[in-house]
Amino acid sequence: MKTKMQTDGLDVFYGEKQALFGVDLQIGANEVTALIGPSGCGKSTYLRCLNRMNDVVPGCRVSGRVTLDGEDVYDPRLDVVKLRARVGMVFQKPNPFPKSIYENVAYGPRIHGITHDRDELDALVRDSLRRAGLLEEVEDRLNEPGTSLSGGQQQRLCIARAIAVSPEVILMDEPCSALDPIATARVEELIDELRAQFTIVIVTHSMQQAARVSQRTAFFHLGRIVEEGETTKIFTNPDQERTQDYITGRFG
Amino acid sequence: MIEALWGLLPLLAGLGFVLGRRRAEQLAAEGDVSLNSLPQHYGQFVLLWAAGPPLALLLLWALSGGTIVEGWAAASLDASGLLGVDQRADHVLSEVRGGLSSLDGAALSEAHAHVERTLDRARQVLGLSVAAGFALLAAGGLSWARSRVTPGLRARNRVESALRAGLFLSSCVAIATTIGIVGSLLFEAIRFFGLVSPAEFFFGTEWSPQTALRADQVGSSGAFGAVPVFAGTLLITGIAMAISIPVGLMAAIQLAFYAGDRARAWVKPLLEVIAGIPTVVWGAFAALVLGPRIRVIGESLGLDVASESALAAGLVMGVMIVPFVSSLSDDALNAVPRSMLEGSLAMGATLSETIRKVMVPAALPGIVGAFLLAVSRAIGETMIVVMAAGQAARLTANPFEAVTTVTVQIMMLLVGDQEFDSAKTLAAFALGLTLFFVTLALNLAALSFVRRFREQYD
Repeated sequence: MKTKMQTDGLDVFYGEKQALFGVDLQIGANEVTALIGPSGCGKSTYLRCLNRMNDVVPGCRVSGRVTLDGEDVYDPRLDVVKLRARVGMVFQKPNPFPKSIYENVAYGPRIHGITHDRDELDALVRDSLRRAGLLEEVEDRLNEPGTSLSGGQQQRLCIARAIAVSPEVILMDEPCSALDPIATARVEELIDELRAQFTIVIVTHSMQQAARVSQRTAFFHLGRIVEEGETTKIFTNPDQERTQDYITGRFG
Repeated sequence: MIEALWGLLPLLAGLGFVLGRRRAEQLAAEGDVSLNSLPQHYGQFVLLWAAGPPLALLLLWALSGGTIVEGWAAASLDASGLLGVDQRADHVLSEVRGGLSSLDGAALSEAHAHVERTLDRARQVLGLSVAAGFALLAAGGLSWARSRVTPGLRARNRVESALRAGLFLSSCVAIATTIGIVGSLLFEAIRFFGLVSPAEFFFGTEWSPQTALRADQVGSSGAFGAVPVFAGTLLITGIAMAISIPVGLMAAIQLAFYAGDRARAWVKPLLEVIAGIPTVVWGAFAALVLGPRIRVIGESLGLDVASESALAAGLVMGVMIVPFVSSLSDDALNAVPRSMLEGSLAMGATLSETIRKVMVPAALPGIVGAFLLAVSRAIGETMIVVMAAGQAARLTANPFEAVTTVTVQIMMLLVGDQEFDSAKTLAAFALGLTLFFVTLALNLAALSFVRRFREQYD
């Protein structure tokens, strides 16, 4: 396994309350890593450390080491804007901007100056939409507001928006929890396709989803990693009793 | 006497409620049937019937009682034949109403004495009949409603629809008042345009609304060209907006996105205190502190500045309006879901890019609403302009000169003793009506702008 991102001894505090306790985890390149665990176990907090989205939470303190290709993500000299261009994010609830479908996808390329003229931008927008499996559905209404789409389409629009800036890692925070089963299946397929180009970290409450889409799984409980490893092993033959209990639905 | 009836209303209401509820409780206790509604709903039902009709009667009397009494007196005077050749019934009536009384020892005509007597009698008779009607309605309503209290009565739904009717009436009050104001403006403005041609009013560039007190007086025939007055409003509003919109919006952005919780906690109330300072105080500041300073600065730059200038009034007005703009814009920005902010930041946008490209466009309807409110405040503001910008109606775009505004002129026209049919007084209505339509057009334009550019989220 080639490591893309890695955390060593990651502690996170929200004010006085400690949310993560010395989390060590390696995230393999071009793999889907699933973070599972009961609510409040710290998996979303962990995810948000990887692109420093915790910076905007008042009172949040992070210590320990997070690296991307060996570079320290929390290095004060590091430009957080550049980091987030390399580590994109898809949220729990689809959050397209109040702009047209086209403008939603063009947003990232515009702020990062990725394209040089209108034709290039058009091509990039269409390509991103196609890779997110949305182009066919929206081709003739790119100028309609992104919010006019259905929930599942909105989430794929958010994925298109994230991949338009060609990130290396995509973080997904329960991307299907607001979607119906059919839309969920589409997004899961998409995640599997995107794995070829991107490293993906996905937080999920659905054990089946973790089993379906991921190659590696980390089980969080009470702010610590209980067990991590290959998904097939975690789901068939976990080392820890607590993992066994959780995936069989005995708690959580 | 009738005033005492108002005092009876709450007692009547309480009585109705108690009787209705007790009746319902009785019914529930004796029969094995279950009540349709809770006992207090039956109480409320009887209350409404016991106090509602008498209340309506009292309101009717308060609104039209005086007219009825005087109409009676005038009719009786006309019929009595006591009017002298040079007397008119309505004049006699208004003299009596004005306090001309036999107690003053003034020489009263027979007609006056007759009116006084009739008024007294009319008040007595009508007062008695209103009291009788009140008693009848109260007793009738109370006993009828109480007899209607049966287990099957859907008292809860009845009370609900009575409440709905009450709410509807309340909303009608505001609308009816507005219609009344517009109607009176329209009516008086039409009278004004009978005296002064609309062409002169809308296109004339000279405003000097003096009219002769007597027909044979020389000069001062008055000029009613409203252009300079509206130009003054435009100029001062423009200056005020140039200050308050950018400053207010930026203050709102600072508050919403950059200020810490602690700063927010004391800056916002402070801004609201500023909004509560009376405009007279702002006007005094503009006239006594800012105006002379602007003059000194202007003169040192070789400019010719009046000590009462559009700039002084506009600047102070602009600062005064900042809290309105910032507070409302801040609310609009805070109403944008936080997921928009996070989504944009996660794309690698900086905070200021996020604000400019996502948050402000999303909050635009609210922000434009704030601007609109600011514009109407500026247009309506009178005190600061009177004190700091002078009263001279001058057609100029130079902010260093004294100008006047529509509201100031309306005020100046109506200060002091007035004849109600002179062009000078009626001009106030014409100005008011024009201002009303201008602001209405402004509101409609902004509304359609917001509709077109509204960016939906959620």
